[in-house]
Amino acid sequence: MTPEPDIRSKLLFHLQEVLAEDQLITAEEELRPYECDGLSAYKKLPIAIVLPETIEQVQQVMRICSRLFVPVVARGAGTGLSGGAMPHEGGIILGLSRFNKILEIDVDNQMARVQPGVTNLSITQAVRQYGLYYAPDPSSQIACSIGGNVAENSGGVHCLKYGLTVHNVLEVQMITVSGDRVTLGSAALDNPGYDLLGLITGSEGMLGIIVEVRVRLLPRPEKVNVILAAFNKTEHAAAAVAAIIADGIIPAGLEMMDKLAIQAAEDFARAGYPTDAEAILLCELDGSQAEVNEQSYLVKRQLKLKSASTITEADTPEQQARLWAGRKSAFPAVGRISPDYYCMDGTIPRHQIGHVLHRIHVLSQQFGLRVANVFHAGDGNLHPLILYDANIAGELEKAEQFGAEILKLSVDVGGTITGEHGVGNEKLDQMCYQFNDNELQFFHLVKEAFDPDQILNPGKAVPTLHRCAELGQMHVHHGKLPHPELPRF
Amino acid sequence: MTTENHLLEQVRSAISQRTPLYIQGGNSKAFYGNTVDTTLLLDTTSHTGVVDYMPSELCITVRAGTRLQDLEYILASEQQLLPFEPPVYTSASTIGGAVAAGLSGPRRPYSGAVRDAILGMKILTGHGTIIHVGGQVMKNVAGYDISRLMTGSLGTLGVILEVSLRVIPKPAHELTLAISRPHDEAINYFTRLRTSGLPITASCYLNDEIHLRLSGSTSYLQSLVKKQEGQVIEKADAFWQSIRNHTHDFFQQHDKPLWRLSVAPASTASARLNTDNLIEWGGGVRWISSNTPANIIHSIARKKGGYAVLFRGKIAGVNTFPEPEPALLALHKRLKHKLDPQPVFNPGRLYREL
Ligand SMILES: Cc1cc2nc3c(=O)[nH]c(=O)nc-3n(C[C@H](O)[C@H](O)[C@H](O)COP(=O)(O)OP(=O)(O)OC[C@H]3O[C@@H](n4cnc5c(N)ncnc54)[C@H](O)[C@@H]3O)c2cc1C
Repeated sequence: MTPEPDIRSKLLFHLQEVLAEDQLITAEEELRPYECDGLSAYKKLPIAIVLPETIEQVQQVMRICSRLFVPVVARGAGTGLSGGAMPHEGGIILGLSRFNKILEIDVDNQMARVQPGVTNLSITQAVRQYGLYYAPDPSSQIACSIGGNVAENSGGVHCLKYGLTVHNVLEVQMITVSGDRVTLGSAALDNPGYDLLGLITGSEGMLGIIVEVRVRLLPRPEKVNVILAAFNKTEHAAAAVAAIIADGIIPAGLEMMDKLAIQAAEDFARAGYPTDAEAILLCELDGSQAEVNEQSYLVKRQLKLKSASTITEADTPEQQARLWAGRKSAFPAVGRISPDYYCMDGTIPRHQIGHVLHRIHVLSQQFGLRVANVFHAGDGNLHPLILYDANIAGELEKAEQFGAEILKLSVDVGGTITGEHGVGNEKLDQMCYQFNDNELQFFHLVKEAFDPDQILNPGKAVPTLHRCAELGQMHVHHGKLPHPELPRF
Repeated sequence: MTTENHLLEQVRSAISQRTPLYIQGGNSKAFYGNTVDTTLLLDTTSHTGVVDYMPSELCITVRAGTRLQDLEYILASEQQLLPFEPPVYTSASTIGGAVAAGLSGPRRPYSGAVRDAILGMKILTGHGTIIHVGGQVMKNVAGYDISRLMTGSLGTLGVILEVSLRVIPKPAHELTLAISRPHDEAINYFTRLRTSGLPITASCYLNDEIHLRLSGSTSYLQSLVKKQEGQVIEKADAFWQSIRNHTHDFFQQHDKPLWRLSVAPASTASARLNTDNLIEWGGGVRWISSNTPANIIHSIARKKGGYAVLFRGKIAGVNTFPEPEPALLALHKRLKHKLDPQPVFNPGRLYREL
């Protein structure tokens, strides 16, 4: 869909009126770096990239695009993994990278006001001197922007105890499609009216442009302990996860890796992982010295009861960093053992982990593709990495089909197709599986209330009913298969 | 006919006749919000029961008419509780009403608000359909976060049929300390506490005394108490219940309107209002019983980073909630119009325009 030539020229004329020369990019070779986000399988070139520096400029850009019906795709750091920031061919990319200032650190109220292009990690770095930190910590935290985090409701390894982005953002300044500026939320602990802050979080750039964020900060815990447990059977590791939670403990982080992921990570990061184990669990506990001691005792007891073969503890920051290094570099590590990999993101109820890992194993054999599992076990958020080679004809399609099967499985066991990476451009078909027409229609109504002309990130996040009908797949809802007795492969 | 089908039929008939409904659970928060101009009642109280509860998943799914008392009893039998500790104004209070009102109790600053515990919902919509949104897992970003949109919307966008809530383990032990402090030191005291590392799960200031509830293992709390100033009080549970459920004497005086100011916790006490009668949430909530004009109270709350609600008592021409800025109100109106086009759900209860 290329716009009318005169729309294009009108657009560029109006944009250059409100932007400085270096804020408007139209040369093809300079557009290239923006053709995709972290999911490079999908690429498109926009008409232009705009890089505003003031909120007024964002408002003007929105007014121009609304008037001309030109699609606008917001972009933070472009690390998204579902094609959310992939350009629209007939539209512009609104890059927020120049909004990179920390505006205010309020130590007494434990909050900070920041611009949307500020990276996740730089918030924590800026407030460290006050003994504070920003809790959600996606593995991409050195690069991803806080605006992108809000738009995706990003998680990290510490969400189990400290919540997702939605639990750690107090207020957002948003520019509506018509260029109005609205404040959602406040510096207080609750707010009157509709929870539009909650609604905007995770809305993938579909409802408005986030131009300022007030985040909640937490005091650094007095004591941290990291426990590494190895298992000879994946089911035992899965059972240990449920047992720890059932014992009344909420660890700060509870991560699991399977054999292939352990070996790749160990080769890459030399974290000291036992490479002969079928699975490992990394459990981080934090709080006061006394609380951590008590909890460590209880966790170790559960690990032993569930037949952990070895248990190691790291109680200095250096040892802990080493153990985490393996987990945090798992994606690039897997990237070294396979030409390509495809990362899935379903969430399932914890008690289904053993069953689902087993099913993934069976599917892996059926598709003839290897899978490395590395994931947030504590909150049931799986990241199976499907290994494939895009240079072999048909392998990408096979990987995509395999991925789709895993997501359906996640829905069938009572979970969801995406825990933190978003629907974007990638999981539109799987949305048809998780939601029925009435539900999708309801989402479209919300979109229409904010953006009646489909200017913001059109075509993403929620599939049209038409697309789902075309897909023509048997509709399964909330894990209730029409014919559960039939093999579904 | 199931209770769900019965509710569905009532809503469908209201839609086709364009007659507004007043959605009512235990009716314990009838005072909260503007009056709704209708006589047609949609009673949720027979739609009760636990749909799904697996304690190790830290999630419970219940029907909206389930009484809070019953829900808490079920959770307590598994050593769990609701992290947001909602007020239970009467024994009839329902979970649907608690979620729709969006009010949280003493535990809120320490383990999250109602909206923070919401995982998913089953909703009866203004289009006469029943939809499921969210789910039973904590990490879930498929589709817009409709369940949070419903939370605190005072029944103006749909009928909550079922809600899935995150629950937390019940602390092994709790005790409460009372510490004397003059009024002008209270806010600073709370501010310092935020970095103390103490396992606080409730805090308030009333009548020159700070109360702190600490939670943890018995041995840990005993060791803390030795180092802390203040007296361990008796009947602490009853005290916090009286703050949470507004049965405390403070809430029983009806001579002046009662205002609830929700503000940035460290913001200074207001000299204009001359006294902060009851402070909760480490400074985040200030209850004020006052005849000061509404516009002044609203302005003071705004300057402190928050807002004021006329909680109890009616003042002619003053609505319960402050009016949002025009652009924000416009978004509210468009959402209401799209999701409840007739409109049938609690018209006017939140804002007159909705
Ligand atoms: C190696 C790697 C590891 C990762 N690990 C994690 C992880 O552990 N947890 C996790 O949750 N995610 C993870 N991610 C995914 C990604 O980093 C997050 O989704 C992140 O929040 C995206 O931020 P971004 O600034 O790059 O956003 P972008 O990719 O630029 O944009 C993402 C979406 O947000 C929208 N958007 C961006 N900025 C704005 C704005 N200001 N206003 C409105 N809409 C906006 C875009 O339109 C798009 O739809 C990982 C990615 C990589 C590459």
